[in-house]
Amino acid sequence: MATSEEQPPTTQPFTLEDPLDLIRLSLDERIYVKLRNNRELRGRLHAYDQHLNMILGDVEEVRTQIEVDEETMEEIFKTQKRNFPMLYVRGDGIILMSPPEKPTY
Amino acid sequence: MPLFHTFFKTLVGKEMTIELKNNLLIHGTLISVDQFLNIKLDKISVPDPDKYPQFLSIKNCFVRGSVIRYIHLPPSEVDPTSLQEATRKEAMQSKMQQ
Repeated sequence: MATSEEQPPTTQPFTLEDPLDLIRLSLDERIYVKLRNNRELRGRLHAYDQHLNMILGDVEEVRTQIEVDEETMEEIFKTQKRNFPMLYVRGDGIILMSPPEKPTY
Repeated sequence: MPLFHTFFKTLVGKEMTIELKNNLLIHGTLISVDQFLNIKLDKISVPDPDKYPQFLSIKNCFVRGSVIRYIHLPPSEVDPTSLQEATRKEAMQSKMQQ
């Protein structure tokens, strides 16, 4: 029929035109996730959806609390770490995620 | 289509710990899950019952999906490979719909 009809989708599976593509290319890689309440996660990405709900494996969570010394006004960073073998993370707490950590750069 | 709904349905009957946004941890057996990822748990327990005496008399509960921060999953019940496959499939599908 007429060639002016609908074009087939030009989207290739491995382009980076959609922000979520960046996350898709990070599947099965270790990623960094920043969450609300000064929480950070590092873990292997097994699943995600459009809400940024995620399932991560071998996760380390780091919570950072800042305490200000009354006398010297110095900021003291205190971190607490927890580990989880397999963790579902609800997307509404996520601020940002970053692709695989490169060991050297 | 709803990847996580399908995933959690495969975990019905398994034990897991839900961590809420108010830092409360509830351990229990998954009874059911819906499309909003609301969750029903049976045989629940909390790590510090003295601090939360209201939980002593509660055997099962419904948790609204939006108050959940994490769910600590049993790793033996999760197959990472099939999860990644399902995720890629769903990403492709939502792209087609755009």
